[in-house]
Amino acid sequence: MSADGLPLLAFRGVAFAYDRDRPVLEGVDLEVRAGERLGLVGPNGSGKTTLLHLAVGLLHPTAGHIEAFGEARREEKDFHEVRGRVGLLFQDPEDQLFSPTVAEDVAFGPLNLGKSREEARAIVGETLQALDLGGYEDRITHHLSYGEKRLVALASVLAMRPEVLLLDEPTDGLDEHYEGRLTGILRGLGQAMVLVSHDRGFLAMVANRGACIRQCRLEPLDLA
Amino acid sequence: MVCEAFLEADTFVHRLDPRVRVVAALALAVLVAVSGRLVVPGAALALAIGLAVAARLPAGATLKRLAGLNVFVLVLAAVLPLSVPGPAAFAVGPLAFSGAGLLQAAAIALKANAILLAVTALLSTMELSDLGHALHHLRLPDKLVHLLLFSVRYIEVLRHEYGRLLRAMRVRGFRPRTNRHTYRTIGYLVGMLLVRSVDRSERILAAMKCRGFKGRFYLLDHFRIRPSDTAFAAAAGLVLLALGWVEWGPGGWV
Repeated sequence: MSADGLPLLAFRGVAFAYDRDRPVLEGVDLEVRAGERLGLVGPNGSGKTTLLHLAVGLLHPTAGHIEAFGEARREEKDFHEVRGRVGLLFQDPEDQLFSPTVAEDVAFGPLNLGKSREEARAIVGETLQALDLGGYEDRITHHLSYGEKRLVALASVLAMRPEVLLLDEPTDGLDEHYEGRLTGILRGLGQAMVLVSHDRGFLAMVANRGACIRQCRLEPLDLA
Repeated sequence: MVCEAFLEADTFVHRLDPRVRVVAALALAVLVAVSGRLVVPGAALALAIGLAVAARLPAGATLKRLAGLNVFVLVLAAVLPLSVPGPAAFAVGPLAFSGAGLLQAAAIALKANAILLAVTALLSTMELSDLGHALHHLRLPDKLVHLLLFSVRYIEVLRHEYGRLLRAMRVRGFRPRTNRHTYRTIGYLVGMLLVRSVDRSERILAAMKCRGFKGRFYLLDHFRIRPSDTAFAAAAGLVLLALGWVEWGPGGWV
């Protein structure tokens, strides 16, 4: 972790546009440090998801740069290591869960990181247990309920043991029961987080710092 | 999904190792397909019926599946006796039905039904994901296995998307008719499905990259051969050998 006080993730004057005439983000400076849980709000289409995708190198800034774990990251290969240490939970769990069974989906990340099958199996068991999903190993992913899919998708990200979690609308579409479960899980995790959400109540429960995207720029925000 | 009716029962067939079932079904299908005698597909059909009963296949869904196939078989049965040259077995007015044609039609009917029923009993009774894994363990190329597994995973998602779009069209008063408006609308529907699928595939790839995907898949294997699998494999092997003996052996069977 960043015992030396360096931020885990940093945006330095980052700008991004999908097409030249319509910038999405401009001059964004952001630091995420250990223990911070940043709640990020902003209108629809304001670039919240874009910001998360920039952080893991799925998109690249048109100006400025991204730093992760003390190093500037500019190219696709710079981000391979970042993706092992920064977990991104996608908005739609259908996009994230592509394996036939829960165990395989949760094992996908650890196996890609070079764990053996036995290690991966142990990680799957532990991770599911920690999210109260024990016994889900052999369930078929497309037969799960929406709430279950969201939790399994979170498990598949946590199985990589990330140091930073980026969560894109994690409570979107969840009923009270699953929103409560998810809130409890996130509050119990030690990782630094960036939480994109429209749900102020949820952010007030989980985040300890706020920011808002307004007219392409990032502004601090009091969540209370 | 369409074939879930076959998964409901829990018989010894359902519990057999998927790899054993794939190999047995494939071997039987090949043997029956190349057979030149009626007795081999006939025996195979009897075996397939036995397997279907043992797997407690639901009668309705099974017959529906066979009915779809037999529409084609009926067409052949009507055409072959008229088109295959040979002495007429019987004639209806000016139409002479050749004996050779009737035999061929009968062979095709037996073969097609035997293979479909055996494949239904052995393969439709496993989850498609298990089928994918079995094929992987049987060394089928990874690309084909992953194509199958991705199709299995996302076909329901696509069907839901199609359903949502169709409902959205209906609540705005869309009724399919035979006119340009209908064709254009259906065109938009299909186009929209394609666009959304491409978008989704990009999001899936992005999600996979975030979890360290570098172009290789790892499957967790969880099959284990049990005594019942060995017994079934041995029995299947003996039956296939016997059928092969009947087909190619010295006996003068027909």
